[in-house]
Amino acid sequence: MSRSTVPLYRAAHGRTGDKGNRSNISVIAWHAELWPLLVEQVTEERVSAQFAYRGPTHVTRHLLPGLQAMNFVLDDVLDGGVNDALNLDSHGKALAFVLLDLTIEVPAGLRHHLVGAESDTPTTQEPSRRPSP
Amino acid sequence: MPQPPLRIGCAAGFSGDRTDVAAPVVDALVAAGGPAVLIFETLAERTLALAQLARRLDPDAGYEPLLVDLLRPVLERCLRHRIRIVSNFGAANPQGAARRIAALARELGLAAPRIAIVEGDDLGAESRRPLLAAALKDVSDFADVARTMVCANAYIGAEPIADALLAGADIVVTGRVADPSLTVGPALAHFGWARDDWDRLARATMAGHLLECGAQVSGGYYADPGYKDIPDLAHVGYPIAEIDGDGHCTITKPPGTGGRIDEHTVKEQLLYEVHDPAAYLTPDVVADLREARVVELAPNRVRLEGVRGRARPGSLKVNVFREQGWLAEGEISYAGARAEARARLAGELLRERLATLGKLRIDLIGAGSVLGDDDGRWLAAQPRGEARDVRLRVAMIHADRVTAERLPREVTALYTCGPAGGGGVRTGLRQRLSTLSCFVPRDDVPTRFSFLDSP
Repeated sequence: MSRSTVPLYRAAHGRTGDKGNRSNISVIAWHAELWPLLVEQVTEERVSAQFAYRGPTHVTRHLLPGLQAMNFVLDDVLDGGVNDALNLDSHGKALAFVLLDLTIEVPAGLRHHLVGAESDTPTTQEPSRRPSP
Repeated sequence: MPQPPLRIGCAAGFSGDRTDVAAPVVDALVAAGGPAVLIFETLAERTLALAQLARRLDPDAGYEPLLVDLLRPVLERCLRHRIRIVSNFGAANPQGAARRIAALARELGLAAPRIAIVEGDDLGAESRRPLLAAALKDVSDFADVARTMVCANAYIGAEPIADALLAGADIVVTGRVADPSLTVGPALAHFGWARDDWDRLARATMAGHLLECGAQVSGGYYADPGYKDIPDLAHVGYPIAEIDGDGHCTITKPPGTGGRIDEHTVKEQLLYEVHDPAAYLTPDVVADLREARVVELAPNRVRLEGVRGRARPGSLKVNVFREQGWLAEGEISYAGARAEARARLAGELLRERLATLGKLRIDLIGAGSVLGDDDGRWLAAQPRGEARDVRLRVAMIHADRVTAERLPREVTALYTCGPAGGGGVRTGLRQRLSTLSCFVPRDDVPTRFSFLDSP
């Protein structure tokens, strides 16, 4: 079956939380049938690469199959955290959108579960275009 | 016969939250008619340090600045309908907050409410220094910490809240407690659970977790046009948890309010600020979310199931805040042709002028700002663009105030000494609060409650 490449945010949604210098980002399937694709394709390696420019010391993925969700924990990506970072967004609230800019390959048979416009094709910066830490 | 649920409404998720949201929550609690509690969560990490600094300037201050604005619209109805109020709005001065609430009740012509004050979280006293020194021995030079310390508070749990309610409190005022404990305390008191009934405590903890950020479970911090559309976000309703005797909860919101509660909004908030879902640590219990499920029962009614619990940790988390240096910021805007190039030039010349002072963060708002790192690697790698409306923002931290003041002056000087057409300078200088976290043995942090003496 043909597969097409779409932005992850068409298959999943998520939210960023912060504690100290650690960020957590949830990735939640829009539909249970999309969940196996996330498990297969949204890996620690790809997420580490996506955030390489912020130099995480560790990236951990936790799976929650009952919620069709995963939780990424990224250590040391907040320039010290809310009280120490110079960033306007010292909480890293925007970081979920960096993760959801990854792409995912979706079989034609599951495309009807995607959200957003069909015209919404990837415009993401792939990790190769990001600076290395 | 099954017990009726305990309804807990949440009418604030941070210090400074909206003051017009409690009324619809209380309306819904009154209409439902069963046992009910209203909570306000107003104490983010640094809020307590800011409150302590406020109290230094005014011994009567140091509690939630909006305390009266939050309570005035609902205090009379809560007391009349026996809706207990539980909140950490005591911040750095729970006694002061309790006195102010008593005064508000008098102003409103109400019978004096029984106001309980929970204490034990504050480890700032001289006598607690050895405890902190031991906890921080691997982290930092304690003499240096002690010199600059603003406050040290342990995240305490639900038990003193439950005890105060069982003793007849109408209102429970706390300082630092774990956010979910504001919910666990009333549930513990109402259902009379054993204090080592870990599954029930864990379920109530996650109910509290869903409530504690207010609108974040009902469409706030969620909406994304075309992907996550939320109705009437301008009037987003604040959440109510219906907790049953087993601790399971159904999350809902007042009828007629905006926002939405569905499977997806609940999942996002359930995982918010969670690290390992097998071990969500609070002072009350270790919650395990690995088997958690959410079920949409009806529009704006979602049930959380499958949460398990294990024995609570033997230690409590303590946050220590210090005054450490000054954060200086400045911004200036460039617009029209070559705006981005002019903003970049302004940034480069500031870097040159301030090079000796330490690390300077540079953002080009409109071309690239919040996604970048403090070291500027991200921005440096972005191709130079043609953005026509760019706001340069620079920031630095310096230990010395007088030195830090050079940054706002240099940004202001860009009016006359910088690139063409720079306008709209804003600058700021504020004391920086830095945090240290550590753990102390639970047994070294005795907690208690007391009733405010009648005037």
